[in-house]
Amino acid sequence: MLGQKAFLSGNEAVAAGVRLARPHVIAAYPITPQTTVIERLAEMVEDESLKAEYLHVESEHSALSACIGASAVGARTFTATSSQGLLYMAECLHYASGGRFPVVMMNANRSLALPWNIYGDQRDSLSLLDCGWIQVYAEDAQESLDLIIQGYAVAEHSDVLTPMMINLDGFVITHTYELVSLPAQQDVDAFLPPFRTVNKMDLDHPMSLAFTAGPAYNQAFKQLQHQAVLAASKVILETEERFGQLFGRYYPGLLETLFCDDAETILVTLGSVAGTVRPVVERLRSLGERVGLVRIRYMRPFPEAEIRKALSGAKAVGVLEKDISFGYEGTVFTNVNSALMRAKVMPPRLLNFVGGLGGKDISAIDIERLFLRLKSPDDGETVEFI
Amino acid sequence: MGNRKEKRISIRELSDREFFYGHKACPGCGGSLALRLALKVLGERSYAVVPAGCMSAVGFIFPQMAFTCNAIISTFPGTASMLSGVAAGARALGIKDFHAVGFAGDGGTADIGFQALSGAIDRHDKIIYICYDNEAYMNTGVQKSGLTPLRARTTTSPAGKRLKGAVTHKKPMFEIVAAHGIDYAATASVGYPLDYLRKLDYASKVDGTSYIHVFAPCPVGWGYDTSDTVSVAKNAVDCGLWYLAEFSDDKFTLNHKPAAFSSVGDYLLGQSRFHHLGEEDVKDIVAQRDARWSRILREWSFCDQ
Repeated sequence: MLGQKAFLSGNEAVAAGVRLARPHVIAAYPITPQTTVIERLAEMVEDESLKAEYLHVESEHSALSACIGASAVGARTFTATSSQGLLYMAECLHYASGGRFPVVMMNANRSLALPWNIYGDQRDSLSLLDCGWIQVYAEDAQESLDLIIQGYAVAEHSDVLTPMMINLDGFVITHTYELVSLPAQQDVDAFLPPFRTVNKMDLDHPMSLAFTAGPAYNQAFKQLQHQAVLAASKVILETEERFGQLFGRYYPGLLETLFCDDAETILVTLGSVAGTVRPVVERLRSLGERVGLVRIRYMRPFPEAEIRKALSGAKAVGVLEKDISFGYEGTVFTNVNSALMRAKVMPPRLLNFVGGLGGKDISAIDIERLFLRLKSPDDGETVEFI
Repeated sequence: MGNRKEKRISIRELSDREFFYGHKACPGCGGSLALRLALKVLGERSYAVVPAGCMSAVGFIFPQMAFTCNAIISTFPGTASMLSGVAAGARALGIKDFHAVGFAGDGGTADIGFQALSGAIDRHDKIIYICYDNEAYMNTGVQKSGLTPLRARTTTSPAGKRLKGAVTHKKPMFEIVAAHGIDYAATASVGYPLDYLRKLDYASKVDGTSYIHVFAPCPVGWGYDTSDTVSVAKNAVDCGLWYLAEFSDDKFTLNHKPAAFSSVGDYLLGQSRFHHLGEEDVKDIVAQRDARWSRILREWSFCDQ
């Protein structure tokens, strides 16, 4: 069933999705370029189109800490952050996942100081890839809205019970206006029932949560946590299928591919830059070039099998990312490389392109140059900056 | 402060139920006594939030849980923010008649947890925040905190040839909290349990943020016999280095005025953390006490309980 359409920025689409998901508690602290999300939510709470407790916390650490507290009594929670704020939350990120509190959070991908910079790259979330959260990267406003609704269904699933970080490239998605289809509330209510969990403090059945576990027990909890994130893969696919049936928008799982079946040269991307690559790939295809695109959507759980399948026939693969682990290579590259190595399906050439740091523009011409570069026999540096 | 002073909670009315029991705290632990008494007043519909520190270290060791009410460990800086979340979540879910109560140590309150506490008070969130003050980071081995008193020896404020223990004063948390315009704040001591219980009872009825700062000696960190915790906590009040007071409706009230102060020297030198002090040091501390008390008596009203 179709709802109405609206012209929304990525941030506004997120706020619209949050309203439809009916969280009980929103804890918010402002940071550019996340601010318009929490501004819209404050207005919705004010005009009572969203009935939620809105906590004006005094830091990002407190924002997530409050969400964990609310989740621990069985409430559905939302917060949003970016960059320095995400890092300030770092302790609470591990806390939320370790305690199995399915908080849903939007992160506006932004560069990290120093030097100070408010523009988009993905070093903030990728530097926290190991914090135990499900990490997904949107490409546009519609996907951002849909991911919020799907995010609660995935995070709160009893096989998963793991928090979810929904990443939007700062400004490129957060502040770009697009025509967005708004699902109807009754359809979202049918898709996303109220949060039910046994992992909560219940006055009728008191429980101690977020406890200490010594060497004899600790690893067992960590293994369960690992299994839960792995289990999310299946739940994500089921959730997308159910979402598609109800709303008519189908998503391609942990990653999206374009022309990969017979592509010789493939560019692997994360986030909004896929929107720049896609028309280039289509144009080169029209000229007879066998090029393809992989857009990784979920970094955790990582689409290991899907990466192998998509890249197994390629002669040259480039991983383009807005991130670098200084002194080695990009983190997306490390993950892609590992998936290929484990299956021993290495393409003859595998290059790591790093660009867009601190918002540096990546143009269609840059993308064409990368496809040319992948054809050249020079293996070059470990990391090539574009 | 009206009618609340007409009725006080009595030991006879105090619940026989234990909500914090079988934990692994050291013998003579003042902090665990503060928790035990508080939960007897607040009861089974409490959500206890306890940050990283002594009480979480001794009360939540899987699979042996010491709380019989709901309880959760928060991050070290996150006692107040998690309390706010618990209260907001419970309220949003339509849960009624509950207490969101935090138990944080002195470091968890005056240092690392201060920002979140300030935010919660600013929002007037309906939570009860209890600081059990043992005047140092005891869980990690007696390091100096923002509430360690001047010249106390800790493992990070040693008493040597050049320095005589801590070189900073104890932060006046009660006044700092009151300066926020908090709904209710109080000081207490485990050496004066009836006063503490009455304040807990009052805090449980406040529609807003309550803060109780309870003096809770630590025999391990302070160096006195484990059987003396209650008398040390009482002596601190009797010698005037600690005081029992309340703040509400923008007014400070002193609740206990010793007719004559007992000996500061006896209080200090009975604890090994002050053994390095000489006569002059004790005189200094007495002079500071007197300055503080003259201000208290000048500026605060008095209401004996």
